[in-house]
Amino acid sequence: MQAETARQAASGLVRVKSRPRLAGLMRELRKNKHYYILIAPYMLIFFTFTVVPVVVSMGLSFFYFNMLEFPRFVGWQNYTRLFLDDDVFLIALKNTFIFALITGPVSYLACFIFAWIINELPPKIRAVMTLVFYAPSISGNVFFIWLIVFSGDSYGYLNGFLMRYGFILEPIQWLTDEKYILSIVIIVQLWLSLGTSFLAFIAGFQTIDRTLIEAGAVDGIKNRWQELWYITLPSMRPQLMFGAVMQITASFAVAEISIALAGFPSVNYAAHTVVTHLMDYGTIRFEMGYASAIATVLFLIMIGTNLMTQKLLRKVGQ
Amino acid sequence: MTWTYRLRLAFRVRRKLNRSFTVTFLLFAFLGLFGCFSAIPLIYAVNNAFKPLDELFIFPPRIFVRNPTLDNFYDLFALMGNSWVPLSRYIVNTLLITIIGTAGHILLASAAAYPLAKYRFPGSRALFTIVVLSLMFSGHVTAIPNYMVMSWLGWINTHLSIIVPSLAFSLGLFLMKQFMEQIPDALLEAAKIDGASEYRIFWSIVMPNVKPAWLTLMILQFPTLWGSDGGNFIYSENLKTLHYALGQISQGGIARAGVGAAVALILMIVPITMFVISQSNVIQTMASSGMKD
Repeated sequence: MQAETARQAASGLVRVKSRPRLAGLMRELRKNKHYYILIAPYMLIFFTFTVVPVVVSMGLSFFYFNMLEFPRFVGWQNYTRLFLDDDVFLIALKNTFIFALITGPVSYLACFIFAWIINELPPKIRAVMTLVFYAPSISGNVFFIWLIVFSGDSYGYLNGFLMRYGFILEPIQWLTDEKYILSIVIIVQLWLSLGTSFLAFIAGFQTIDRTLIEAGAVDGIKNRWQELWYITLPSMRPQLMFGAVMQITASFAVAEISIALAGFPSVNYAAHTVVTHLMDYGTIRFEMGYASAIATVLFLIMIGTNLMTQKLLRKVGQ
Repeated sequence: MTWTYRLRLAFRVRRKLNRSFTVTFLLFAFLGLFGCFSAIPLIYAVNNAFKPLDELFIFPPRIFVRNPTLDNFYDLFALMGNSWVPLSRYIVNTLLITIIGTAGHILLASAAAYPLAKYRFPGSRALFTIVVLSLMFSGHVTAIPNYMVMSWLGWINTHLSIIVPSLAFSLGLFLMKQFMEQIPDALLEAAKIDGASEYRIFWSIVMPNVKPAWLTLMILQFPTLWGSDGGNFIYSENLKTLHYALGQISQGGIARAGVGAAVALILMIVPITMFVISQSNVIQTMASSGMKD
């Protein structure tokens, strides 16, 4: 601490002696002119469509705004309405957390475990298995296949199968029965959740230093589980952190699958999530201020969970 | 002779460090089981596209097709030939969005990643931190202000509303920057001594060296744009995408089951093929995807 203040004081002194602070910054900017030019196009678009909107959204959440009239300041009213008066939002919040708590960790573990086993395979089979697990996440809306599986009449495959072997007598309305909707959306979401982080893990396993493992064997590591815990996990920490971000963000953003399978709105809001609630107010009711409040809550949940998980993962293997 | 030993002989497996054969066998069985869970819906979707009508509705359903036929595809083209806007229009729209969006993203993200990966200048660290933070929330958060920005710019109902935001996809910049960090500084120094400008270095030295990362950005960006249905931004029929048009067709329900299956195949086969081609490059890029403390 002391050293730091001393250094600051010293650098301050030097700066005072040579030239004013602003001129130094200008010189620095001019020296790096080319770098700023290179990053400018990307950053311009990135700020216009990502950074500024987050700030605008936070600001707008304190207004009543319907795109026609001039925004009217309402203070915390949108938030009090959200948490105290909007029962559907509370259902959405509960569903979102159920989704996230299940699909987040399960998909993360699945990405890791499958990548770990795939890594033991010979290269050709490894490429095939990678494709098998990764394909659902890039195959667009092929999840409509699941609509046939869970179809509510006796022609739905699951119903047909269960009735054939006598587990049930009447077909079950899988996608319109509140009891089942949430679980079905979770299953389908898990099916297509082996995405970018799965690839990152596959790549991470391939970059592990073989000599570390051999050295570990000399030091008494006897089986694959010990190898995984003491060598593999710690050397993959950067990928683990990256994967966590991808999976957490995706697990809180469940919406498209829910809409495709359960409809919008779903029966009795059984598969309603924060994102579908946001769509409801933002694109149907045009209550932009209120929708911004929902977006802000979603933003805080996502960022908060991510930063917390990053902190936790930093401890892996320490 | 135990059964595991016999199996090992049968598959000619040599004993590896820290590996017991029994556990390996069990883990592979586990992987195979979930592999089936993952693959069967896709295999089924592919087979459906070639099934004649009677096989599509057969009960109990069969995964594999018995008498493959291309009828579904003929029906699809017949149907599209009669539609108000010709099919080729939708294809052109999708190709336009996908190609410009993907190529532009790779170019802009690489240009921004190069200084961030290789140099320190005022603001560079803060900018990268913001990019990493933006990975931590989804696009839904910014949807409402985005709509307002679009209408303010007058981009509603133009392809720009889909293309431009996708150019600054943050995952692309992140991966590109991590990958570029591996380029040896000596290479850049040598070019500088030879008198190359920063732009020259970027274009003739950095870009050719990060080809695997281009493919990765492509494989991440392409399916999103390819699958884009125009969202809330595009409402003119002649600007809509292939995905939207095909989605409308398969909305037809039971009567369109065969055509719907053909549609699904067309939509899924393109991104999957691209991944198959670029897989090894993608994995190579992902190796540097890690987040440092």
